[in-house]
Amino acid sequence: MPNAIPAIELKGISKSFGPVQANRDINISVPKGTIHGIIGENGAGKSTLMSILYGFYKADAGEILINGTLTAIPDSQSAIRAGIGMVFQHFKLVQNFTVLENVILGVEDGPLLKSSLSKARRVLADLSREYELDVNPDALIEDLSVGHQQRVEILKALYRQADILILDEPTGVLTPDEADHLFRILKGLKDQGKTIILITHKLREIMEATDNVSVMRRGTMVGNVKTAETSPEQLAELMVGRKVLLEVEKGTATPGEIVLKVENLRVRDEAGVERLKGISFELRKGEILGIAGVAGNGQSELLAALGGIHAASGRVTFKGGDLPLTGAGANGRARRDAGIGHIPEDRQSLGLIMDFTAWENMAFGYHTLPKYQKNLFEMDNNAIRQDTEAKMAMYDVRPPIPTLAAKNFSGGNQQKIVVAREIESDPEVLLVGQPTRGVDIGAIEFIHKEIIALRDAGKAILLVSVELDEILSLSDRIAVMFDGQIMGFKDPENTNERELGLLMAGVSGGAAK
Amino acid sequence: MDYATLLQILDSTIRLGIPLLLACLAGLYSERAGIFDIGLEGKMLMAAMSSATVAALTGSVWIGLAAGIAGSMLFALVHGLASITFRGNQLISGVALNFVASGITVLIAQSIFAQGGRTAPLEGGARFLPIDLPFAEALQGVPILGPLYYEVISGHSILVYVGLLLVPLTWFVLYRTRYGLRLRAVGENPASVDTAGVSVRNLRYSAVMITGVLCGLAGAYMACGLQAGFGREMTAGRGYIALAALIFAKWRPWQALGATMLFGFFQALALRPDVVEAVVRVKVPVPALDALPYILTVVVLAGLVGKAIPPRAGGEPYVKER
Amino acid sequence: MTKLPTWADVVLVPVISLLLAAFFAAIVLLAIGQSPTQALTVMVNGALGSAYGWGYTLYYATSFVFTGLAVIIAFHGGLFNIGGEGQAMLGGLGVALVCLYLPMPHWSLTLLLAMGAAMIFGGAWAAVPAYLQAKRGSHIVITTIMFNYIAAALMIYILVNILRPDGSMDPASARFSDAVGLPKFHDIPILQDLFLKYDAEGALKLGKDGLPSYQRVPANVTFFIALAACVGVWRLLWHTKLGYEIRAFGKQEKAANYAGISSFKIIMVAMILSGAFSGLMAINNVMGQAERLLQNSAEGAGFIGIAVALMGRNHPLGVLLAAILFGFLYQGGASLGLETTIPIELRTVLQGLVILFTGALDIMVRMMLGWFFSPRHAQAKGAA
Repeated sequence: MPNAIPAIELKGISKSFGPVQANRDINISVPKGTIHGIIGENGAGKSTLMSILYGFYKADAGEILINGTLTAIPDSQSAIRAGIGMVFQHFKLVQNFTVLENVILGVEDGPLLKSSLSKARRVLADLSREYELDVNPDALIEDLSVGHQQRVEILKALYRQADILILDEPTGVLTPDEADHLFRILKGLKDQGKTIILITHKLREIMEATDNVSVMRRGTMVGNVKTAETSPEQLAELMVGRKVLLEVEKGTATPGEIVLKVENLRVRDEAGVERLKGISFELRKGEILGIAGVAGNGQSELLAALGGIHAASGRVTFKGGDLPLTGAGANGRARRDAGIGHIPEDRQSLGLIMDFTAWENMAFGYHTLPKYQKNLFEMDNNAIRQDTEAKMAMYDVRPPIPTLAAKNFSGGNQQKIVVAREIESDPEVLLVGQPTRGVDIGAIEFIHKEIIALRDAGKAILLVSVELDEILSLSDRIAVMFDGQIMGFKDPENTNERELGLLMAGVSGGAAK
Repeated sequence: MDYATLLQILDSTIRLGIPLLLACLAGLYSERAGIFDIGLEGKMLMAAMSSATVAALTGSVWIGLAAGIAGSMLFALVHGLASITFRGNQLISGVALNFVASGITVLIAQSIFAQGGRTAPLEGGARFLPIDLPFAEALQGVPILGPLYYEVISGHSILVYVGLLLVPLTWFVLYRTRYGLRLRAVGENPASVDTAGVSVRNLRYSAVMITGVLCGLAGAYMACGLQAGFGREMTAGRGYIALAALIFAKWRPWQALGATMLFGFFQALALRPDVVEAVVRVKVPVPALDALPYILTVVVLAGLVGKAIPPRAGGEPYVKER
Repeated sequence: MTKLPTWADVVLVPVISLLLAAFFAAIVLLAIGQSPTQALTVMVNGALGSAYGWGYTLYYATSFVFTGLAVIIAFHGGLFNIGGEGQAMLGGLGVALVCLYLPMPHWSLTLLLAMGAAMIFGGAWAAVPAYLQAKRGSHIVITTIMFNYIAAALMIYILVNILRPDGSMDPASARFSDAVGLPKFHDIPILQDLFLKYDAEGALKLGKDGLPSYQRVPANVTFFIALAACVGVWRLLWHTKLGYEIRAFGKQEKAANYAGISSFKIIMVAMILSGAFSGLMAINNVMGQAERLLQNSAEGAGFIGIAVALMGRNHPLGVLLAAILFGFLYQGGASLGLETTIPIELRTVLQGLVILFTGALDIMVRMMLGWFFSPRHAQAKGAA
């Protein structure tokens, strides 16, 4: 329907945050009843653009047309009135509210809740039937799985009678199966005449689910194409601005002796829930063991237990001796002294002190090393600064200013600081969590090469990532985690996303080793 | 301890517990909305001074009450400005306002009455007078319950009954109304409210202003009900004790009633060395009794609370994510 | 919001905050029918107009340096210690016990002992809320405030029932012996020349013994200990492992365990050090000035430490400057009490306003300044 009025038309949208131009002169047109993909790297400006459409930010310039009418969207209320619903990457749900309470929040029918709640109960029942969106309306959000929480977000939008639904990176927290289910739901919504915008950085999803796709790079729109007429390679090139190697170059591994042996490792969280339910594996010198799994299935707890951050039970032998899993001996510094480095999953809350300078961060966790001390009482700040300068040069951290606070570096450069610190301390075993989350492609290649170089130097690496591509391309062996357990070990040469996906969903492909 | 003494102590418990209850409920609204308020103390003090001053000057306790509420709300507004509009540190704002209140109340009272920072003593219509509940006299003869009704439940001033009624009212508002739903949501996850198209700022301001009104009641009751006038630092840490009670109550209204009455009971005991000595059979020094409510506050915070999870967004100014 | 140049952030923000606080204090004065200009004149003359005034200003500043340092140590550890007042009272008890029962042959030896006792007593009083925070999660702001009230009651009990000399009605200890008195500014060679008394013609006033006589001021050697303490705290926070750990923990508690920093240790050590510095203040007021232990000996200096820390931007050098400023406010406020009908509580109001503007409304001040510093086109749109 080339002549039909588009559901959404954005004309010349620009937005800056201080010196950072997040969106520059963006134009998009989304036909009614289609699924439109927006793809781009982290920081390309996708989320900002959609937040503008949802009234969360105000654009500095540009026009928004909804169904052909010029519409001002100064706040989320206006967006909702214009029929726009948004499912954010980080859900906007109240954890200790029920599904019903979350759904009616902001669109209650009157000052008292009773009638709103019963109406919502009826509407939700209808919506669930229509779109395969089953959730228990009386369940508390904190008791729901991530997949179900996402359904609540979609129900919220539909309850507000949204005709246009925006989903921001909706599959990051889903198993491949759950993602397929989500795409079925989206297809059903499209068939009912709803317009859907899907923001993602995963090429596969764009190719599978969308009708049209827009590509963003560094705040500008660099391409608008029909999905059927493009290829993943072309999209990737548009995203990055040059040809990218989607494969990582690496030679075959030559695993040596066992350096880390984990037996029946168990972790309970603060609420007493068992998050790690008896994990066992061995890690050899000169190999990368990749841990695949959907976020929240115990990978974080595994890293925390091995890294000495969280108490655990079971037995871990490292270089022939037992590692303490509880008490004063189980802490990050003791692990480092023993020879276990750790690039944590969340660099901004764990790996770095964001207000500290780069040089202070370069000593974080290593601040008691003898080489950093001037005498019995004082640290040798000059030695740390010089050390930092050297490491910044080696890892191409930009800008190479040791006195700059960590928060003033980009995500990729922050991560390089952490990687430099942990790899250069020359650990026997390196724990690596989500090494490239929120990192630009250039830095990803760099970090991947460093990890492989460490392996080739005969060190052992435990790699946790929710990005299957990353696991498949880096690992020498893959273990799949689900619900706090290892579902099985696979050889990356002899497996595929399908098989791993089933394991990630808890469908056991043969007994765990 | 005989029954009559027990009744006297229970009577004092209610009288001393009510300012704590009002302040505790005040804190409940603010903290449920995600704004910490260590400044309950200062608002109460401000209300006590304003109400006593105006009541003394006009001879009407009602105009005094209105002035007390206005004084407290002025401070609430500044706290709102600092913690909502300017995203400042809520703890520091509260502490600062407590200091300002501590000084400014004396400054004003001194400049008006020149009685060493006290207001003129209040009499007659300038005070809240006791109200006898129906049949209090008639039922006095009924064994056990009659005296309980007469001594403990009847004979308080109007604000005592207002305070008690505010407990079910607060419960209803919090759990049965649209406003309560949004209030609880904004204290747990303000982004959920913002993305639902409801103004986080307006909600939080409204909660902070309710806190101002309730602290106003608490301060007015202290100066015009419990006592007959304002004196420097007359709240004596009650704002902080009310906060401890709020944590003990885990930010819930009925539990707040229980917690504040417990603290009221401690304060009533501190006023009766004879009873304490009769019970523990040791002579207790007066300073120890004075310190009793504060010590018990620490004990409750440390030992009895267990795991108290405050509203998740508490104390954090709301900034849209980038 | 426009990013401010560093010098504006470090210098202008506190200065503007101070001016705002003064402005609102002036409004309060006008409202109660007093003249702000007269008040300012009296304060400046009383506190800075003479060597005598400076002798008092620096005496108060000495106390505030200690309590201010106490607050910043805790602040850097992410802890808000409002218990400085109680910790200073307990420190006073420690000093008094040493001076009364362990006097040494020379004042300097007694001073060393008294410093130790003050730090131990103050630190111990802070250790209890610290322990409760670390182990039980008890809100440290509320517990430290409660400990102020408890300290006040405890001091009354100790003064009335234990330390009060027989026959005395005051709730105060006996006077310390002269041997433990600290040298005041007017006792210190060279420095004392500033405090020489002159007669109307400008000639030196001589005592009966024919020697020059000096104006007696309370500022004493403790001032130099306070200066040393500023340097010490600066070295501690930015040049030692412990300081590194305290600051890291204070910025991001969650990251502590990753770096092998024990949260229990840091909470305990930071609070005990904080309490120790609050307690140390007592060598100035109890040993240096009152020379006996009085009820309410800290006189609010513990609370002023909060304002000093915020005004001093959490840095020892800032604390020193802010402490002198508050010394001025304190001495100036005392002159107000003597020479005008303005109640001395004006000090508390000012102190609260300074905390408000520097600690809670700092973003407002920054926004105002940012508006000033931003290019013109941004002025039209205002601060976003």
